[in-house]
Amino acid sequence: MSLDTIHIRSVIRKELREYRRNRFIIGTMAVSPVLFLALPIINIFALPASVSSSMLDKRLGLSLLYMLLIPATVPAALASYSVVVEREQGTLEPLLTTPISREELLLGKASAAMLPSVVIAYTAFGVFLASVRLFANANVATAVFDQSSVLLAQALFTPLLAGWSIWAGIAISSRSSDVRVAQQLGTLASVPPLAIVALMSFRVIEPTLALAVALGVGLLAIDSVAWRVVSAMFDRERLITGAKRSATSQPIRTTERPPT
Amino acid sequence: MHVTVSQPPPQSSPSVLPASGSDALAPALDVRGLTKRFGGRTAFSDVSFCVGYGEVFGFLGPNGAGKTTTVRTLGTLIAPTSGSGLVAGMPLDPEHAAEIRQQISIMPEAPGLYLRLTVTENLEFFAGLYGLRRPTARIDEALEAVNLAERANDLCGSLSKGLRQRVALARALLSDPAIMFLDEPTSGLDPLATREVEDLISGLRQRGVTIFLTTHRLEEAERLCDRVAIINATLQTVGRPHELRDQFFKKALVVETEAPLEDPERLFANLPGAESWHADERGGYVVSVSNPRAAAPELTRLLVRVGADVISIGESQHSLEDVYLELIEDDVEAHRR
Repeated sequence: MSLDTIHIRSVIRKELREYRRNRFIIGTMAVSPVLFLALPIINIFALPASVSSSMLDKRLGLSLLYMLLIPATVPAALASYSVVVEREQGTLEPLLTTPISREELLLGKASAAMLPSVVIAYTAFGVFLASVRLFANANVATAVFDQSSVLLAQALFTPLLAGWSIWAGIAISSRSSDVRVAQQLGTLASVPPLAIVALMSFRVIEPTLALAVALGVGLLAIDSVAWRVVSAMFDRERLITGAKRSATSQPIRTTERPPT
Repeated sequence: MHVTVSQPPPQSSPSVLPASGSDALAPALDVRGLTKRFGGRTAFSDVSFCVGYGEVFGFLGPNGAGKTTTVRTLGTLIAPTSGSGLVAGMPLDPEHAAEIRQQISIMPEAPGLYLRLTVTENLEFFAGLYGLRRPTARIDEALEAVNLAERANDLCGSLSKGLRQRVALARALLSDPAIMFLDEPTSGLDPLATREVEDLISGLRQRGVTIFLTTHRLEEAERLCDRVAIINATLQTVGRPHELRDQFFKKALVVETEAPLEDPERLFANLPGAESWHADERGGYVVSVSNPRAAAPELTRLLVRVGADVISIGESQHSLEDVYLELIEDDVEAHRR
């Protein structure tokens, strides 16, 4: 399968232009990061200098889990909107009549959802770390920065969780006929991978660097498979007519050129 | 039902041939026994026709007749249940779907524009999807063609329905397609906007673009199309509009007199070439003749001779609409039986 970068770039540019002019999308991208950043900062700032190690682990785990909600929920909202809105505004049919392949279209849409989500998530993470370093109690700040494996896992999981949310969101969006329902289901579908992260954050699973990398590789594999699975599910006929390609529908073949 | 398909018009100038270099002798569209079923419902069945390069081909039928589904099938959006076809010289199968889509463009009934993007941004997006690397000149050309250059930077959401339709037409022109499928392009437009779109289609025809036009505006089809097909799930007929009129309606003279004729039977029996006659609903007479131009002077003399006060004598005019109604009503009747 060859991918045409012009096709993919065109989709990314178009999606980003649309995001920029959509108040709902801008609101989603602005409000949830602020919320999921404020809570962890308050959580850490409230710790006294004499905090116990177990309490610090618990608070830090909870804070980082909040922050991972950004790469989970923001791209889910964007991705679950991406196909259903095309159907709602009647742009899906003209789009599907062009030579773009479904893999290129989906990769373009996924990349467009990934870019702002990851930028926002890393920015929020950076703001969190900077706030802790600059304004938290010195002992607490040192203790937080000592947990390098947890912080690294956070950095690693951010794009991978976003990837999961995006493919789940696009799959739901391809099957939905209502934007709101698609976004609610998309947000719900983005949560399951957080369970593993939560187990690590709360030390149910010991968060070593090796484990974080192994989980990261696993998530990457899931994201790659999800792209292919969602592409296979993306059936032009069903998207346009709402009907599944029937068992009797078969590719038609011309064995010889008819006389002219 | 298989319909005898009249031959497409002869190839015009070489400039109308597709740029891809596909076989110049192949028709733009050649469809054989195409059928599409959705479960137990048949959208269209056993449809066969041929469209030549540079031809404007009208595809007419009532709502639900299978026009849009046929366009979607030929545009590789949906797979046929059976049958075969060539589109722009390529077999209609999944292996050639992307190549076919590169050679054609479809303008659906609804313009389907991104309303938050400007006209130019919409066209830039589609230019990218057709793989145009430097699309600016092409976009300018397409906008000029639809007289929209001045609105290039307006948001599509701010445009009227007629202007949006023009943007959709510009989008369809972007890739310089060998075949354009226009699905009810004037649906929902006011008369002025309709005329503008029709003028654009006439312009495309002059540029040698093959156009597959679905519509239920019959006067529009009659004005614009070289040939038309009438479909009502199955293909009812294919032909040039004037051939269909001649095929379905006898040639006749229509006579209107001040007062009813005393003995019309005897009068019309004396008319050379008269085949039959009947009174019409307005009190006039319709006389079927083999050659109206030859019979009209003789009929005038006969009427003067019997002292009739003649108001008018003229050749009976049947429109494509009459052909359409005749066929569709017959088809509905046949299904009732």
